[in-house]
Parts: sequence; structure tokens; C-alpha cells
Amino acid sequence: MNQLYDVIIIGGGPAGLSAAYSAWENGAKKIIVIERDRELGGILQQCIHNGFGLHHFKEELTGPGYAYRCIEMIKDKPEIETLVDTMVLDVKDNKTVIAVSPEKGLMELQGKTVILTMGCRERTRGAIRTPGERPAGVFTAGAAQRMVNMEGYLPGHKIVILGSGDIGLVMARRMSLEGCKVQAVLEICPFSNGLTRNIVQCLHDYDIPLYLSHTIVKIHGDTRVTGITVAKVDYKMCPIPGTEFDIECDTVLLSVGLIPENELSNGLNLAMHPLTAGPIVDQHRETSLDGFFAAGNVVHVHDLVDFVSDEAEIAGKYAALKALGKMEGEMREVKVSAINGVRTCVPQKLSMSVANPADEKVKLFMRVAAPHRKVRLEIKSGDNVLLSKPLPVAKPSEMIAVEIPAAKFDLIGDEITVGLLL
Amino acid sequence: MEFVKSTDVVVIGGGIVGTAILRELSKYDLQCVLVEKEPDVSLGTTKANSAILHAGFDAPTGSLKAITNVRGNKLYHQLEKELDLDIKWTGSLVVATTEEEMATLQELMQRGHANGVEGLQILTAEEVLEQEPNLQNVKGALWAPTAGVCWPFGATVAFAQCAVQNGAEVMCDTKVLGFIKEDGRIAGVETNKGVIKTKYVVNAAGVYADEIAKLAGDDSFTITARKGEYILFDKTACNSLVYGVVFPCPTKKSKGILVCTTTHGNTFIGPNANELEDKEDHAVTMDGMNEIMTSARKLIPNLPMGQAITQFAGLRAVSSTGDFIIGPSDIEGFFNAAGMQSPGLTAAPAVGELVAAEIARLSGAAKKANFKAALPKTKAFLRMTRTEQAKAIEANNLYGRVICRCETITEGEIVEAINSPVGARTVDGVKRRTRAGMGRCQGGFCGPRVTQILARELNIPITEVLKERTDSNMFYEKYAADGGEE
Ligand SMILES: Cc1cc2nc3c(=O)[nH]c(=O)nc-3n(C[C@H](O)[C@H](O)[C@H](O)COP(=O)(O)OP(=O)(O)OC[C@H]3O[C@@H](n4cnc5c(N)ncnc54)[C@H](O)[C@@H]3O)c2cc1C
Ligand SMILES: Cc1cc2nc3c(=O)[nH]c(=O)nc-3n(C[C@H](O)[C@H](O)[C@H](O)COP(=O)(O)OP(=O)(O)OC[C@H]3O[C@@H](n4cnc5c(N)ncnc54)[C@H](O)[C@@H]3O)c2cc1C
Repeated sequence: MNQLYDVIIIGGGPAGLSAAYSAWENGAKKIIVIERDRELGGILQQCIHNGFGLHHFKEELTGPGYAYRCIEMIKDKPEIETLVDTMVLDVKDNKTVIAVSPEKGLMELQGKTVILTMGCRERTRGAIRTPGERPAGVFTAGAAQRMVNMEGYLPGHKIVILGSGDIGLVMARRMSLEGCKVQAVLEICPFSNGLTRNIVQCLHDYDIPLYLSHTIVKIHGDTRVTGITVAKVDYKMCPIPGTEFDIECDTVLLSVGLIPENELSNGLNLAMHPLTAGPIVDQHRETSLDGFFAAGNVVHVHDLVDFVSDEAEIAGKYAALKALGKMEGEMREVKVSAINGVRTCVPQKLSMSVANPADEKVKLFMRVAAPHRKVRLEIKSGDNVLLSKPLPVAKPSEMIAVEIPAAKFDLIGDEITVGLLL
Repeated sequence: MEFVKSTDVVVIGGGIVGTAILRELSKYDLQCVLVEKEPDVSLGTTKANSAILHAGFDAPTGSLKAITNVRGNKLYHQLEKELDLDIKWTGSLVVATTEEEMATLQELMQRGHANGVEGLQILTAEEVLEQEPNLQNVKGALWAPTAGVCWPFGATVAFAQCAVQNGAEVMCDTKVLGFIKEDGRIAGVETNKGVIKTKYVVNAAGVYADEIAKLAGDDSFTITARKGEYILFDKTACNSLVYGVVFPCPTKKSKGILVCTTTHGNTFIGPNANELEDKEDHAVTMDGMNEIMTSARKLIPNLPMGQAITQFAGLRAVSSTGDFIIGPSDIEGFFNAAGMQSPGLTAAPAVGELVAAEIARLSGAAKKANFKAALPKTKAFLRMTRTEQAKAIEANNLYGRVICRCETITEGEIVEAINSPVGARTVDGVKRRTRAGMGRCQGGFCGPRVTQILARELNIPITEVLKERTDSNMFYEKYAADGGEE
């Protein structure tokens, strides 16, 4: 099987689905979404809590509810095919995609453009080198979440959660609702990495203690976890001797960070960004390789799915235009640099049309390095201020999205800087 | 105690040594049973070591260690094809960083020659850096071309499978509790499953070999556990570490912290060495990790710590005699294969030969005419060509479903690992046979899926699937709505 597609989309999460819809809206005639799980929707299918879609659908949805909306939008469109239970094994730089499924065997598809929307995976115990025994009962929070919410089993009964990111917080509440005892949430940083509303709704409402500046220094148990030793850490995040205490538990859930899933991107030798751990993209979400686009958690980890959809719609649109030969014309490259307290900014570069620079929207998504109150975000090119915006609060856990007004495009030189005025 | 069965030989311990002995015994007209206390083979020292098939220049000339090491290494070259073993013949380097250490290399080479090791050579710094460009401070190295790295779990399972296809039996979840003697000689083994009547017993119980020997009335030796800790890196890290096996120059105390590749292209640093009181202490410690990182940095200053994917520890079974303890004891019918610290993995096939030959001689058993040496060949999906992959899926469409995304392991391979002889019964059993869960996400993604496949294939509830050892359950039923457990 070797068929020519305008757009091949790898990964059927919200990014892949939104990209497919947008590619269709922008005129692509033959689109395919390839998903390795048994259903579309990505990580959303296991996030049965509320809190999705307020920006994008102007309505509060559950994860599966949001996924359902995305799936409905692409359903019954003859131009869009979907494959589930199908894993992409390899992508070649000529846009040949090799995929495999039990039903269809080994497939070779040919694209005019490819959109990478593979999402992310969870950081593990091994990556953070937690000392101790290696019994059963240590899970990543996402794996446990899938087991509880989709398969209907508990990972254990007495739980400690390491990491206060959103997944950890949401799981603390979930496990409490399931009748389990959540003994503690531990966080190595002096602040939580989760949304404020999640700290209130998931911990405070259930009387679950949050230990900031604490980490696990030993996991106990020969066969199944029997407990952990915890210690306070200093400002360098090193455990302080003498501060150790034990907590009894049979389960440790790790919510210690997400890593964009870029095996395929690395195989393509795409230029990657060291801090986002995703491909470097321009404002169209095109990567360093012509005709390859990327969006969603594979580019940088999002906290809100709404921004994932926004970003994916951009990628879908420009992939379609490229496939249809409508992205011709001379472009000039502008570098986007994160400075002064802004840790990352996506896109990392702009490709500005020389003929019609004002013809498009330029949306920037960024994260700050440390929490701040009442700061100002300033986007400049040389001495020209393109945007200056007060931020009542800025937290590393909450992505900031802004749009550069088209009216300012002619002030843009070779580089844009994105920083905070502290 | 209830009687279970009657046999000629009981081998205690399902590590590399016990299974290698079982395989050699299965060449003779002898009924043999291997008993292992854990739910699977290869859960003792054999699961956590450096996996190196040593060339044989370390051990003192004439020692059992030296003899069985050199012979074992030769045998692996032969067994590789027969048993379809995963081995990479990388050769090994002992790297000197000072003139003094260059002198030690000469000593090692001479000892190697005396032990019968072939092909040893001293390399210049330039020659070393050509092989391993990331090493720093190199003066020269001892090159041993016959060394390699193996896949110890795979080898253990293969030895066991080969023995089983020749009539031997493997009983897991079977713990030896005592012995029955008649007129001072071994007559039976007491286990948690009942009594096995037997004429001979081989003690290959790893760090517990002294306790087993004592139960039989042999208190001629003791075993101390000496822990070694490791940090393992993702496959992509080899470009900043090493492509082969690199030892620092040994000191009087140890072979030192090495930087080493695995059969599947991961890299590790370790092991350190710490004497233990507790034979169940497999904990990785903060101090231990710092110790091995500090040592490894002498050879490679910029360790890619961001690419570490797991840490583990193994226990060396150090005997009070200083050498391997192989052969008959003072108790008639009771044999030891004990004190098998490094190079025990390499030596195992040679130890098997020695022990089996001696039992055959004493019992007068003849060699079987129809010993089946070869195991069926299999190939991992990942290592197949696209055409082979397409064919495999056509024959069994479960090869088209990728379960472990990091290592590209398919459901077909997992089902096969469960349903073949000495099959996987646990999540880690699947991992050690197929590599599902050995990649950078360490089973975060595939662990629950493998649990479901095990439950389906073994026809047991998900809640009874184990991670590794008895009572290491993975998942539980949800609480019923009224608060009680369902
Ligand atoms: C536990 C959790 C709680 C969250 N809570 C909230 C919340 O309350 N509110 C909110 O707005 N957002 C929330 N988010 C964030 C949001 O849901 C995610 O950021 C969003 O789902 C990411 O979308 P994605 O499409 O980039 O990735 P994913 O949803 O991960 O989708 C990627 C898809 O690609 C597939 N794939 C990967 N590789 C391949 C391959 N080689 N072949 C085929 N398919 C492949 C994967 O199977 C997956 O289905 C939460 C996220 C998590 C994990
Ligand atoms: C850190 C380290 C590094 C090493 N590196 C190397 C190397 O690079 N190369 C090399 O050649 N060697 C190496 N070795 C040595 C090698 O790993 C061992 O020699 C080998 O694995 C020993 O195998 P075994 O079968 O004797 O023991 P084990 O694998 O420990 O097997 C013993 C078995 O007996 C079972 N058992 C115990 N008590 C009972 C009972 N009462 N009833 C039933 N069953 C019982 C246990 O459960 C266990 O499965 C290393 C060892 C360590 C610790």
C-alpha cells in the first residue's frame, strides 16, 4: 500500500485531531490521522476530571468530553481517514511513513506534508534516581490514572505522591475519591508546579498534606512497597541530613515531569530545543525540515489542552497550504529569544513573508522560569517594543499565550526578544 | 510432609549456575528437577550483574575461578548459535591512566597467558582512543578480544529450556526447607510443596548456598553478600560514553567501576562493592550512586546523567574460601556450586560440565544418544527486516500490535514468551525475556498492558498478576460503593 496524502498526522490526541480539522478547513483533500491506542483522543481519554475546554469551546468539559468534541468535528468527512491500533515505526525525510497494525499489517504511506503530534511521556523513577529497593507499587501517575479510570483497578491503597504537578494533584483527588488514603504529596521545589485551583480542589478539600522542599530518599519493601523515607532538601535540592522521617504506604505515584515523545523527530534529525525537548518550530509550526510540522505536547508540554488545539490548528492550516502549493514566496527568518526570566518561548523563530508580512497571526506561547507577582512582559525587536503587557501573576506551571499585533510587523528586525521587566 | 515425586538429581537454584548444571545433566540418562523459590528463574544474582563474558586474566592461575572462566568463555562461543543466545563479542579494555598502571597491565597480561587466554595485547593510547573516543587520561590498555557481553536472563532461560526439551523439569515457587538423609547420605529434599525423593542434590542457591549446605550438614564454608550498584543509561547515551567494555586498572581491592555496553546498546556504570549483613538488601543508595559516578568520571568526565533510565543492585556471593566451591561435599550425594561471584556468569557452562560429569561418573549414567542441543531460532520484531516483519504479522497478527513503544516489542512476542517452555509468569518475566519495559519509559506505558496480556494468557484475574516476586501484586480491585472491598 502506497498512497499519496496531502497531510499525514502522527498521533490522534487533541493536537492531531485539531490539526486534521484545520487542514480540512483549509482545503486539504486527503488527510490521515494515525493513532497507536485503541481509540482516538490521546491522554484526554483518561483525564475524567473537569477543567478542559473553557478557552477553546467556551464550556467546561471533562477530558473525554473534550476528546469527543474533537472526534465529532472530523467524523464523516470523506477527506479525513483515521487509523487506530496503529503504530508509526518510522518516518523518512521524503515523508514516507511506515506504520503497523494487527489488522492491516505493515503499511507504507506517502505524504506531501507530515504533522508530528505524538504527545509526551512521563519521567520515571530511574530518570530522577530515587534510591531504595525496587518493589512493585511504584507507578508513574499517568499509568496509574489509566488503570484506575479506564481499566477499573487500583494501583494500591495507601498512597504517597511525589511531585505536585497537575497530574499528581489530580491523582491525589482521584485516589481519595476511590476510597484510598493519600498520605502525602511531596514536592522537591519550594513551590508547587500545579495550577492553584488544583491545589485547592485536589488537596485542601481532602485534607491531604503537601510537603514543599521534600523528597523521597529511600523506598522500602522487598516485594511490594511498605513505606518511604522522606527528607527536607536545601536550596540546591540536596537532602538535609537529620531531617528524615518515614511514611507508611503501599504505593508511590510519580508525577515528576513530562518529556515530549520525540523518538521519530530524532530519527529525522530535526533541530531540537534543549529546554523544551521538542522540535524547533516557526510560527506556522513548521520544523527545521521542509514540510514537517509539529504541535501539542510533542513541541512543548502544555498545561491546558485549549492551547494545544490552538497550536495544532495553526500547524494544520499551514501544512494544508504547503501541500496545496500555497506557501510559496520569499521568506525571511527572525529569531525568537527567551530572556530575562522567560524560560522558553514557542515558536523559536518566525518565517516572515517578505511580500505580505501582515497576512498572518503570530501567536507566542511561553513559560517563566520562577514564580512572580505583578511583572510586565515585554516583547521587543531591537529597541522597538512590539508588545508590553502587565501580568498579575506568572508561574512556571501556567503557560502564557500572547499575539503580536500585525500592525507592529514592520518593526521586526532579525530577532525578537521575549522577557520580563522585573 | 507430603511426597511429591522421585528423581535422580535435584538442582537447587534457578540462576545461571543452576540452569547451566541442569542442562549439562540433561545430556545424561538421569531424571532431574530444578527447584527455585521464586516465581521465575534468574531472580537472584543472575538478574543484576555486569553481564560480561570475561576473557579470564583476572583470577589467580590454577584457581577454579580461572579454569572455569576460560573454559566457560570458550563454551559460550559454541552455545551462542546452539541456544540462539544474545551475545556481543565486544572484547574488553583495561585502561591505564598512569605509568604505574601500565606496569599492572603487564602483570595482567602475563597472568592471562598463564591462564590460557588468547589474543591479549597491550594497546597504545591512540589505539584505545580509536575504539573509545570519549575516554580521558588514557596511557594505554590491555585488549582482550575474547571477552563479550551477554544477556544473562536470556541465557538462563535458554539453559532451562534446553534442559526441559531433554526431559528435565523446572519447578518455580518451590523453596527448599530441609533434607532427608538415610545412613548419612542424601535421600530427599523437603520443600514447601512437599518431599522430593532423590539420590543427588546440587546446591546452586547463590547467596543462600551456605544456609542450604548447613541444612544438609555441610558447614565447611560461609557466604557473605557483597552489593554492587549500577546506573543504566538510555541507548542514545553511548555516543557520550563507550561502545564496548572498559575497566579501569584493578586495585588490590576490586576490578573497579567500569563503563560498559550491553547486548542491546544501552550503557551502564558500576558496580561498587559493599559488604552486607542482610542478604535481601538490594537497595540502591545515594552514597553508592555518588561513588560510582565519581569513579566513572575519572575515565569519562562528562557523564550524560540526564539520560540515566534506571538503577539497580546485585549481590555477589563471596565465599569464605576465596574461590568457587564446586563438586562433592563431605555429605554423600550433596554437591556444591557455591561462592559463585564474578566470573560466575562466564564460568557457569564449565561449572555445569564439571558437576554433571562427576554425578554421571558416580551414578554410572550414560550419555543420551538423542540429546537435542539446539533451541528454535527466534528474532525480535525490532531486529527483523521490513519483509520479515510483514511475514511475521501475516502468520500471527499480534505481531502487528506494538505494546512496548520504547523497544518496539509486539504483543506476538509477549504471548510467545508466556507460552513457551519455562515461560514468563510475571511482568518482569516478560521484561527479561522480551525487553518490554526495558526502555526509557521503564514500563510506565506498557506495564499495565503487559499485566492485562498475562492475565488473559494465564487465565488469572489482573489482581493476581505479579511484578516479580511472590506477593509483588501490581493492581487491586476497586472498593465497592459501600466502602468494603469488592
Ligand atoms: C493527567 C493529565 C491531566 C491534565 N489535566 C488537564 C486539565 O485539567 N485541563 C486541561 O486543559 N489540560 C489538562 N491536561 C493537558 C492536556 O490534556 C494535554 O496537554 C493534551 O492532551 C496534549 O495533547 P497532545 O495531542 O499533544 O498529546 P496526547 O494527548 O498525548 O496525544 C498524543 C497521541 O499520539 C499518539 N502517538 C504517539 N506516538 C505515536 C506513534 N509513533 N504512532 C501512532 N500514534 C502515536 C499517542 O498514543 C497519543 O494518543 C492534562 C494532561 C494530563 C496528562
Ligand atoms: C555486581 C556484580 C557484578 C557481576 N559481574 C559479572 C560479570 O560481569 N561477569 C561474570 O561472569 N559474572 C559476574 N558476576 C557474577 C555472576 O552474576 C554470578 O556468578 C552468577 O549470577 C551466580 O549465579 P547463581 O546461579 O550461582 O546465583 P543466583 O543467580 O543468585 O541463583 C541462585 C538461586 O537460588 C535460589 N534459591 C536460594 N535459596 C533457595 C531455596 N531455599 N530454595 C530454592 N531456591 C533457592 C534463589 O532464589 C536464586 O534464584 C557479577 C556479580 C555481581 C553481584
